[in-house]
Amino acid sequence: MKARHRRFVWIGAGVAVLGVAAALVLNAFQSNLVFFFTPTQVAAKEAPQGRPFRIGGMVESGSLKRIPNTVDVTFVVTDTLQRVPVVYSGLLPDLFKEGKGVVAQGSLRPDGTFQATEVLAKHDENYMPPEAAAAMEAARKHKSMSMPTLKEAK
Amino acid sequence: MIPELGHFALILALLVAIAQGTVPLWGAYRRDGALMALARPAARAQFVLVALAFGCLAWSFANNDFSVELVALHSNTQLPLHYRIAATWGSHEGSLVLWMLMLTGWAFAVTLRSRNLPAAMLARVLAVMGLVGVGFLLFLLFTSNPFLRLIPAAPEGRDLNPLLQDPGMVIHPPMLYMGYVGFSVAFAFSIAALLAGRLDATWARWSRPWTIAAWSFLTIGIALGSWWAYYELGWGGWWFWDPVENASFMPWIVGTALLHSLAVTEKRGTFKSWTVLLAIIAFSLSLLGTFLVRSGVLTSVHAFATDPARGVFILIFLAIVIGGSLILYAGRAGSVGGGAQFAPVSRESFLLANNILLVVACASVLLGTLYPLVIDALGAGKISVGPPYFDSVFYALTAPLAFLIGIGPMASWRRATLPDLWTRLRWALAVAIVAAVVIPLMRGRISPLIVVGLFLSCWIAASTVTLVIQRFRHAPQSGLGAKLGANTSAWYGMVVAHLGVAVFIAGVTLVKGYEVEQNVTLDRDQSVEVGGYDFTFRGVVPVNGPNYAGVAGVVEMRRGGVLLDTLRPEKRIYNAGGNPMTEAAIDAGFFGDRYVSLGEPVSDKGTEGAWALRVYVKPFIDWVWGGCFLMALGGFLAMADRRYRLAVKRKIDALVGATA
Repeated sequence: MKARHRRFVWIGAGVAVLGVAAALVLNAFQSNLVFFFTPTQVAAKEAPQGRPFRIGGMVESGSLKRIPNTVDVTFVVTDTLQRVPVVYSGLLPDLFKEGKGVVAQGSLRPDGTFQATEVLAKHDENYMPPEAAAAMEAARKHKSMSMPTLKEAK
Repeated sequence: MIPELGHFALILALLVAIAQGTVPLWGAYRRDGALMALARPAARAQFVLVALAFGCLAWSFANNDFSVELVALHSNTQLPLHYRIAATWGSHEGSLVLWMLMLTGWAFAVTLRSRNLPAAMLARVLAVMGLVGVGFLLFLLFTSNPFLRLIPAAPEGRDLNPLLQDPGMVIHPPMLYMGYVGFSVAFAFSIAALLAGRLDATWARWSRPWTIAAWSFLTIGIALGSWWAYYELGWGGWWFWDPVENASFMPWIVGTALLHSLAVTEKRGTFKSWTVLLAIIAFSLSLLGTFLVRSGVLTSVHAFATDPARGVFILIFLAIVIGGSLILYAGRAGSVGGGAQFAPVSRESFLLANNILLVVACASVLLGTLYPLVIDALGAGKISVGPPYFDSVFYALTAPLAFLIGIGPMASWRRATLPDLWTRLRWALAVAIVAAVVIPLMRGRISPLIVVGLFLSCWIAASTVTLVIQRFRHAPQSGLGAKLGANTSAWYGMVVAHLGVAVFIAGVTLVKGYEVEQNVTLDRDQSVEVGGYDFTFRGVVPVNGPNYAGVAGVVEMRRGGVLLDTLRPEKRIYNAGGNPMTEAAIDAGFFGDRYVSLGEPVSDKGTEGAWALRVYVKPFIDWVWGGCFLMALGGFLAMADRRYRLAVKRKIDALVGATA
């Protein structure tokens, strides 16, 4: 084999590996991209049914309830416009608090409750998860638009 | 006074760095020995000045000087001394000073170990490092001055994030930065070689030990970070594919490719331009990591402050460094010329395959890390790419790589034959296949992932042992001592590092395949059985630390009725912040860990009643980090090879002799 041919073979091998990788990546993306929705979007039925997504906002004050002697909890995530009830089975992160920002990953149940599989930990008490901050911000803008046009504004 | 001294030292360091980054380059261009000779003292002066600035900052932290804003924000009088000193790098500004300290420290090390380098090469290497230093010092002084005064001074500091109050904080960041920034040396050597238009085996031999050193430190740094997350975050996870972890992992992957490609360049004179490109990419990824972590585009424990000015500055710096070096590369790489020929089956080919796989794996991690950022920046919504993406893509790409580890070192340079490789490796292959089936059957649970993982681990171990045995058997020396001495320490380094990979894969496979995790609620004296162990909850007792108070759960762990250990997972409240912190209790062992962390009281009786607990049994988890330390140990062994000290000198002498 001449040097030039050999180089083509190697370039071909490189392209083949890249091709396989691209196929793997696309396949993995398809099943593992997790989209984010605000409570308002969830209430407007924009969130997918039966597919995992993330929801973010504030834990409504006074909404956290424990089922005694289990690790199950329920709470409400709100962006001040809409509320989404969340159920979660597991230990909550240290900095989970009512009135503070939260992001949860899970999926919607047919009854409209959000079944969380993961409640994301914050690392710092001063820090608001960016998704939660975005949800609150979107809701604030929404409110400042005139209330009667709420439906069209979506 | 001390903070002002530190600030002044940083300004002086900037001036020195500007001189270091320009004058020697000009000298090398004009072949002016006097100008080139400036590089060495300038690099040393810069190191001393940055070390002084760092010392001043550490002094302010140690002495609770709350008139310095940074200290007031990130420290506290109740903090023990070692955490006050570690708090020096517990903030954005402080960590940049550490970055600079590492950069100038590496440059200083180059000046010490460079007696054999030609003057022009040394001048260019140090000048490139000086220019990188200029960028970071400008960034420090103009957007992130650590010495800003707070007037009037705060009576008390705000406290260090409780998560950072841990021995891991003392050691993980310096190690990680040492590795991260260490790639700047390989980068500087590459740029210097491109500038000089001279790339050859000698260049690879100079640059190789530095690359290996940086890579080894980075390996340790990443392993420490993973271990810290495991015991500190209380979730029992050890790798989250968090963007910040990826930021340090990507330079590691490319650094690994660089190590192997440097071997080919040194031994065979091939892959030269590719090696240079890898060195540029490795350091660019280090810079990209710094940008991702420090600019606030990512939020995590590592992101300290969100300041758009900082992000823009680093982005521009990134564009200049990466763009500039790639333009230089494009202009010069063509003139480098090809190297020696090699057959499709040869060690060169296997190492090339290693490089292709590693670079593609790195690209897939980069894509998964940046994709959400790009989508967000385009305003197309918020998404996240979860661990399953990284797991599936990364495993698929690295499995063939792991398989090649068994074959590559057996193959001879230039031309190897498959029948010969088969003869030498068939026993190793048989051992690996049998082990991969028998071990899962013995443990009672089998899955494709477990079989593949165990096969790869045993294959690497068996083939590496075969390599050692065959090498010893064929050595002309007689007697074990003589046979041992017949191989270079670089070769032993390779063997140890590859065994480290085997240990690492075994750890990952076994913990992923056989870990048991349970969230339970336990009343006082109630028990739960997890993974063959009985855990009995005996209630909680109060605990008091230097700057926190809280409760510790008392959990007795038994196996077959025999008390093995009493675990005390804690829930702490830090005085300064008032926030709870979970401190897991771990019974670590060679064959696995038992891990308990305390949740919250779940009954109406408060702390006296039932508590939620996380109970994990994690077989062979410590092998994950053990494997990493073996890899790093292999790196240090390779670095210590005598030829890096002797051969360089001999080559130079030969060159000088030839021209004279």
